[in-house]
This record gives sequence, C-alpha cells and structure tokens, in this order.
Amino acid sequence: MDNILHVSSSPHVRAKDSTNRIMLYVILALLPTTLFGIFNFGPKALLLIVLTIASCVATEWVFEKIIHKKSTISDLSAVVTGLLLALNLPVTLPWWEAVLGGVFAIAIVKMMFGGLGQNFMNPALGARCFLLIAFAADMTNFQTDTYTGATPLAAMRNGEVINSMDALIGRTAGTIGETSTIAILIGAIILILLGVITLAIPASYLITFVIFMLIFGGHGFDMNYIVAQLCSGGIMLGAFFMATDYVTSPITPNGRILFGICCGILTGLFRCFGANAEGVSFAIILSNLLVPMIEKITIPRAFGQVKEKKEGK
Amino acid sequence: MNKYVERLYNGIIKENPTFVLMLGMCPTLAVTSSAINGLGMGLSTTVVLVLSNLLIAAFRKVIPNGVRVPAFIVIVASLVTIVEFMMKAYFQSLSAALGVYIPLIVVNCIILGRAESYASKNPVLPSIFDGLGMGLGFTVGLTCIGLIRELLGAGQIFGVQVLSLSWFTPITIFVMAPGAFLVLAFLVAGMNIIRKKMEEKGKPLAEPAGCLNGDCAHCGQAAICADKKEA
Repeated sequence: MDNILHVSSSPHVRAKDSTNRIMLYVILALLPTTLFGIFNFGPKALLLIVLTIASCVATEWVFEKIIHKKSTISDLSAVVTGLLLALNLPVTLPWWEAVLGGVFAIAIVKMMFGGLGQNFMNPALGARCFLLIAFAADMTNFQTDTYTGATPLAAMRNGEVINSMDALIGRTAGTIGETSTIAILIGAIILILLGVITLAIPASYLITFVIFMLIFGGHGFDMNYIVAQLCSGGIMLGAFFMATDYVTSPITPNGRILFGICCGILTGLFRCFGANAEGVSFAIILSNLLVPMIEKITIPRAFGQVKEKKEGK
Repeated sequence: MNKYVERLYNGIIKENPTFVLMLGMCPTLAVTSSAINGLGMGLSTTVVLVLSNLLIAAFRKVIPNGVRVPAFIVIVASLVTIVEFMMKAYFQSLSAALGVYIPLIVVNCIILGRAESYASKNPVLPSIFDGLGMGLGFTVGLTCIGLIRELLGAGQIFGVQVLSLSWFTPITIFVMAPGAFLVLAFLVAGMNIIRKKMEEKGKPLAEPAGCLNGDCAHCGQAAICADKKEA
C-alpha cells in the first residue's frame, strides 16, 4: 500500500516539458513536411513560410507592446501558428495576403481572446478560413510551374481516378504542406514518440472519416478511392497537427474521441455534399467551437462516485 | 445646453444606438454591405422614428397603459408601410437592395425602445428631437460600418471605385456576413477606447447614474438606465 502513493516534500523533480519545448517538438515534427513543400514548390514556398512566420511573431510582439503585457514570443507558439498557416496556403498566394493571414491569426483569433491557452479556435485554421472566404480565387489557385492540374480532391470530385501513389508521396497540386502524406506521417510519428500528442484524436478522426466515406462516398468499398481521399487534401495535416492542438481540443479522454468523430463526420459531409472539394479546415474549427460542450458531457466520473438518481415525481 | 440640442447629442454620441446601446443589431449587420445601403436604411429608420415619436408623444395621454405596446406597433407599422411604398416609388434600386429589412423596421427595437422610454412620457417637441437624434445616431453608425465594409470589401466608396483593382484585391469577406461582425466589433471597441479616454480626462461622455459599471455597451440594463434618467 505504501508504494502506491508516495508524496514527498519539496523540492520535486520536474519534467522538462514546457510550452517552449513542446512547440519546439512540433516545429521539429513539421520539418519534413516543410522541407518537402519547399523542395516541391521551390523557393517561393520558402519565402511564403518565412513571411507568414515573421508576420505572426511580429503581430504578437506588437500586440503585447500595445496592451503593455510581457512579450510571449519566446514560447514559439506564434512560430508554430505561422508555420502551420503557411503550410495551409497555396504557393501562388500573393505575399501580402499571407502576411494579412498571419496578422489575423495572432491578433484576432489568438490575442483578442487572451493569448495562448485562451483562444477558442485554432489560430492557423481560423486565419486559413478567413483567407479562404476573403480571397477565394487566390486561395484555390493551385496552378504552378510544376503542376497545372486540379488538386486530387477536385479531380476526384469530377469523377477522375487519381494515382494514390502520387498523393502518398506528394507529387500533386495543393497547398505547401498538405501534399505529401509520407512527410506528414513522419512528423506525426515524431510527435507520438515524443509524447506530444496521443492517438485518440487523429485515430477517431480518420476512422470516422473512412467509415463515412465508405457509406456516403458513392464508391462503395473501392480501396483506391478511400486511400486517395485520405492521402489528398488537408486531412492528414489537419488530423495530426491541427485537431490535436492542446488549446482547442478537449482535455477529457472520451471527449477527445468524440471530438475526433465530430471532425470526421463534418469533413466527410463537406467533402461529399459541400460546395467545395475540401472541408478539413472548416470541419476542425467547427468542432473547436463544440469543445466546451463536449467537455461538459464527458467529464470522467471519479472513482467511487455514484451517479445521482433523477428525482422521480 | 439647450434641451433639444441635448437630445440630438444624446442620440448621436452619448447613447448612440449602434455603438453604445447596441440596439437594432439585425439591420446593422445585415444591410451594411455598402455605405449607400447603410445610409438608406439609417435615413428610412430616422423618418419612421421621428414620426412615430411625434405621434406617440401626441397621443400619450389617450393611449391606455395596458395596451400601449399594441398601440405603438400599429402606429409604427402604418408609418413603415408608408415609407416602404414611398421608397418603392422613388428609390427603386435602394428598395430592392434593402429588401425585407424595410418592412422589418416595424420590429426594430430602437423605435419601440424610444417610444416606450421617451416619447410616451414627454411632450411632442422634445420627442421629435429625441427621435431625430437617435435616428441620426443610427444613420451615422450604419454609414460608418457600410463605408468600411465597402472600402475593404470592394475598394469602393458610395459605389465609386477609389482603390484601383489593378493593385488592390478586394477582401470579399468584408461584404459578407463575417465582415459585418468584425467591423462592428472594431468600431465598438474604438468607441469604448474614446469613452475611456474621456472619462480619464474627467469629461465622461455619459454620466453613470446608478449604473452597474458605467459601461452601458456591456450592460443589459442600458435601456432601463436610459429610462430612469429621463423619468
């Protein structure tokens, strides 16, 4: 019995985890995707990534200067936001629109609600959706020197059969960071091994999505179609890097699974029946909004706690 | 300050229905996609507001207290119908742009609010000026929102292209619904900053008379407060 709970007086040994360190891990995990994006789309992708990150960090610094708060840019969360946002932009986007996206992500989605830990939706995705609505034409322009065709998702929507292998490796049109499933999976494995994320959200997200597509996708058990759906568009990046955002995902274990299911169903709905070919970003921010309610209904019962009986009349 | 001028000042600045009282949010958010729509909506509301305040103040002693709200609504609805027909006759395009929001002026809470809290307790002339002040405050608010949304969302001011499309990409989100919320939020925040600055200088825009925190914009009792002050 003595060995079960052992409470000693201070000083305690503390884990090395800090916001700073976790953000560093996330950046590390995003490196394969980033490098592949730069390799795939050329130096303009690098420029866009640097500009977006700079705009996010600068916005956070200026905002905190204005409201006389201690600068929090050293916790690297603005860098992660900028990097994620840049990975969600098409490489053809004019640079000032990317900068505006960074300002929106930090100033409006994050800082106005109280900074890191208080924002109710993922800043990078909030900004992506802002840009998607504000500059619909620029945000869906995937014509580059290398790729002139539609994105795999748009092609599939038009009834074309796409090469799943290309989508897996990433030799397709799309945003800077979403094309290569392999690079994203390498990053995801790094995150899981480092203990930054657990599998609950991504697994329930992807499984729900696959089930949804099997039922409503209109292609039955066509495995090629399912794999192509999983490997194209932003779903992998979304499931492993966006939906798992600490601030905007539930903290209860069951809540995480429920959150993943919400994301999966909404993504499936948007992709099958929506006006656009892609809907990952909208699905995740909509689920972000549901998080307080999800947490409320999934509070774990304490050991020994008895469920209160409803008073009969 | 002259009583009538005070009413105008009260409506336009001190208790601006859009930025301070937060009344009439539905047309504020829905029709302000361009400056001309905001101006049109504001002015038609002003006309209805002035006339309804006039009539209600004139009849305030004969309207039985128990059925006053239905009576107010009948008066307001008649006036709105007149305005609607006038707009259809003389301002075809504006009427088409504002659509259902013109008939909906009937249920605009500014009009019923002023009738209830001011016109039904005060003589005719001050009531007219109260309606005029509130209406102009509403017009200013709507036109400001419309101006900003039109400029950012289309690069135009009153339909004239001021930002050349050769270098400016319209931020179309501002002429859509989310833009209305964003612009309104920023303008209200700006108004709050001004009020705070004025209070620090010792020249408050509005005296907190029995208020919870002196911040009517975030106070559910703003209407009641206004009610008490006048009584």
